Amino acid sequence: MKEYDKLIFEISKPGRKGYQLPADKYGVDGMSAIPAGLMRGEAPELPEVSELDVVRHYTNLSNKNFGVDTGFYPLGSCTMKYNPKINEELASLPAFAGLHPLQDVKSVQGALQLYYELQQALSSLAGLKEFTLNPYAGAHGELTGLMVMRQYHKLRGDDKRTKVIVPDTAHGTNPASAMVAGLEVVEVKSRPNGSIDIEDLKPLLDDTVAGIMMTNPNTLGMFETEIMEIASLVHEAGGLLYYDGANLNPMLGKVRPGDMGFDIMHINLHKTFSTPHGGGGPGSGPVGVSERLVDLLPTPRVVKLDDGSFDVVYNGDESLGSVSTFFGNFGVMMKAYAYILSLGRDNIKNVGPMATLNANYIKESLRDLYKLPVEGPCKHEFVFDGLADKSTGVTTLNVAKRLLDFGFHAPTIYFPLLFHESLMIEPTETESLETLDEFIDVMRKVAIEARENPELVKEAPVTTAISHPDETGAAKNPILSYKAMKA
Amino acid sequence: MSNRYIPHTDEDIRRMLDKIGVGSVDELYSDVPEEVLFRGEYDLPEGMSETELREYFTNLGKKNEQLTVFAGHGAYDHYSPSVIPHLLERSEFYTAYTPYQPEISQGTLQYIFEYQSMISELTGMESSNASMYDGATAAAESMFMMVASARKKNRVLVSSTLLESVRKVIATYMKFHGVELTELPEKEGETDFTAMAEELAKGDVAGVMVPSVNRYGIIENLEGVAEKVHGAKASLAIYCDPSALAVLKTPGEWGADIACGDGQTLGMPLQFGGPYLGFIACRKDMLRKMPGRVVGATTDRNGKRCYVLTLQAREQHIRRQKATSNICSNQSLMALYATIYVALMGPQGLRDVNRLSCDGAHYLYDRLIESGKFSKVYDKPFLKEFVVKTDLDTAAMAARLRRNGMMGGVEIAPGVLEFAVTEKRTKEQIDRLITVMLEEEK
Amino acid sequence: MSTVKEDVRYAESHEWVKVEGDIAVIGISDYAQHALGDIVYVDMPEEGDEIEAGDVFGAVESVKAASDLICPVSGEVVAVNEDLEDSPELINKDAFETWIIKVRMSDASQVDALLDAAAYAKLCEDE
Repeated sequence: MKEYDKLIFEISKPGRKGYQLPADKYGVDGMSAIPAGLMRGEAPELPEVSELDVVRHYTNLSNKNFGVDTGFYPLGSCTMKYNPKINEELASLPAFAGLHPLQDVKSVQGALQLYYELQQALSSLAGLKEFTLNPYAGAHGELTGLMVMRQYHKLRGDDKRTKVIVPDTAHGTNPASAMVAGLEVVEVKSRPNGSIDIEDLKPLLDDTVAGIMMTNPNTLGMFETEIMEIASLVHEAGGLLYYDGANLNPMLGKVRPGDMGFDIMHINLHKTFSTPHGGGGPGSGPVGVSERLVDLLPTPRVVKLDDGSFDVVYNGDESLGSVSTFFGNFGVMMKAYAYILSLGRDNIKNVGPMATLNANYIKESLRDLYKLPVEGPCKHEFVFDGLADKSTGVTTLNVAKRLLDFGFHAPTIYFPLLFHESLMIEPTETESLETLDEFIDVMRKVAIEARENPELVKEAPVTTAISHPDETGAAKNPILSYKAMKA
Repeated sequence: MSNRYIPHTDEDIRRMLDKIGVGSVDELYSDVPEEVLFRGEYDLPEGMSETELREYFTNLGKKNEQLTVFAGHGAYDHYSPSVIPHLLERSEFYTAYTPYQPEISQGTLQYIFEYQSMISELTGMESSNASMYDGATAAAESMFMMVASARKKNRVLVSSTLLESVRKVIATYMKFHGVELTELPEKEGETDFTAMAEELAKGDVAGVMVPSVNRYGIIENLEGVAEKVHGAKASLAIYCDPSALAVLKTPGEWGADIACGDGQTLGMPLQFGGPYLGFIACRKDMLRKMPGRVVGATTDRNGKRCYVLTLQAREQHIRRQKATSNICSNQSLMALYATIYVALMGPQGLRDVNRLSCDGAHYLYDRLIESGKFSKVYDKPFLKEFVVKTDLDTAAMAARLRRNGMMGGVEIAPGVLEFAVTEKRTKEQIDRLITVMLEEEK
Repeated sequence: MSTVKEDVRYAESHEWVKVEGDIAVIGISDYAQHALGDIVYVDMPEEGDEIEAGDVFGAVESVKAASDLICPVSGEVVAVNEDLEDSPELINKDAFETWIIKVRMSDASQVDALLDAAAYAKLCEDE
């Protein structure tokens, strides 16, 4: 295929059109009623292209992308599972796509029922009382959940609880969300195996602690075996437990966060519940809470009335307020619900175990060539600390880039920060044994290349459309638009 | 174990367990305390086949009413070109992860660069990020940007003429983050800029947010506002509709430091409120205070032009609690939606969209006033949305419209209705709307 | 490998301080610039800012990392190195020749509590 590298602006030609609108039959000139001082001076410099220009341009761009449908994504902490096609079909049904969010509730009973049923399904899967579907993404869910936490203490008049404990291995969003929610972050140390050091935790638990944020399994993919003790320590100290649902996938069918003592959690529908990542969104980050926190959830909330119909609640005395313009990313919710209904109550129980089986299989198949810092069965993901043999200077970054040459996406690298050469692998349950074996073969091949021909690995990637972009130059002198590029 | 999304045969599982050296999958969970293992049943139905699933969703859909929409108030029924869903369904786009590996993500990175270019062009600002969740969260984050830029000032002002749904989210974010928020009163349907000057004079204001087109549909006159705000060493953010900015004076022209808002008007389906598209663009000197992802142009080692995520050191995965925001994702696929839409429409198409909407809105407005049953609330310039008041029974009217397959104006106060007309509406539809509204109750 | 300069004092957070009368000239060590990689941006305070020892006065960013700048002494910022606005890479070129801010110290004895070159070299070795 011939190389294509134009910007849409560069195929523009004055006078060309990619649209057709109906004729204006109103017989009024509305715009003439607007004073010139409120009008734009010059027309924006936007592309002028035909419909076919647009179709070819973006089709060509799509060919420069890697997606789950292209190949395997062993991307730790991102849960890149297959995105079922029926979900896409159902989410675009006109009976939902055309609904205005402020329509009379009587005219949107189907949408509200779907919304309510998804809330209920997530509650059952998480072992929590109630969910809000308003948050737009995982980080937005974290922020909302921490607002619930603060609101809880505030309503009890316990204003001094302004600290939240976050493990040093936590996802970067955890401390950042705490900052936005107005909480002070206190780090708790991890043991060498990545689990929370209870002895380090105990002295932190004073009456200024609002709660703790955890993910279980933790970011090394290891289950926090002392979770029940941690939960009772935090609760005794008057704090709440927040569960970062980024690592929920291996727990599906096996453990419910509510049963581990968590009071608040978010779920990434775009991870555990198969909705596409879309190159970075839209996601959806529902937040679930235990019974005592239900009234604190953000509005609007969808409720079921005694007569079986559904209604929207826009205000609540104890509610923390609103975090979204309307109901959240409804289109994404439709896809997640379609996935849950496809699997149903029995098949969904296989999700966690098969994801865990896949991860352990890869780990055991590579541990002779890559350095495994933590022993024991992992859950959905695990971390290598780079190559076992580092004598040739090949880094985790080099290995990651070399994988691109073999048609795989790179694993998550340099996270968690516990090790210098972290290489974090998460296969998900939708990958077959054959795919895993291919990946293992390539990983082994790269490890051997690193020993025998290290320059080859350091040069990688060599087969991709571009190679070794100048990221320093990009950051030093940011060029963020076509206009800036031309200047 | 095997089903259509989980490929494991019994033999596969046996082989894998052998390699791992355990006897069963349960053993992989042997470190989980017995007391937390889930032994119950989920409260879910049996798994559905595609046929059953399609039927289930179709039946739910039948409980919805697809109405001809004459309402806006933050969500607008604009025309959506057929090309867009076809291109968005290219799975190389929608099944991709965030473009952290630029070598295999040039498709995503380039469309985000094009998106940023278009948003910059429409808003008249130098720098756009890769998009935000929605308009309201973009507005709240813009407030944080202004506080971060102000050094040691911790109060922001928001005009009460901004949409209530947006102000509510701003209020939530400010309350928890610990930023003082003051609402500016309105005067004859517009922001009271005398009140703004008084607040600014107190010397503790970090930033001010006002709408371009406000909650009554009025195009606010922001002449001299930026000078006043900057004179008090504060920043100005303008909440705006990027579609309307193809014809209306831009935040850049008004002298704003930040433009933010919701891009749903760029042809996105109503979809019961989401996914939509938040956006933020700013002057160059505020760039490093901007939240979210940013794509920049650069070259690779062979000198080939390419695109990368840049300025990442502001972001949560590096800065953790010292990041500019906790935002991790953007609304990437919706940014692609907007990009394709703007590419198809071009400057003339966007102008035509506004002209048709504006003419339709003025046609409806004139007919309503002429009927004698509706009267003016304000006599101010508007584009596609306006308010009128009436003594008619609005509840009965809304029910009547619904029975006739229509959604009329949003009742923003008793007897005060806000209508929006887009280029998708026709003269015939508007005439019918008026007829049904004016019908006497039987 | 990174170098340690003899005639300046060091903070554990890798800033160096050179005393010129009542002025403390402050930069980051060669070890720190090495650890960060190519520096793309330096966030600096404004002249006239009052600053306490231990306060964050700015940050140094590379492409994939960022490090806060922590002021080792208290006082008033009397100068910031404006060359760094356009050429942050100067720090990579010579970390000891490239100062970031100058502070008029309110308590010059705070410098005595900082590490000398030998102690700092040991600290870098241990990290």
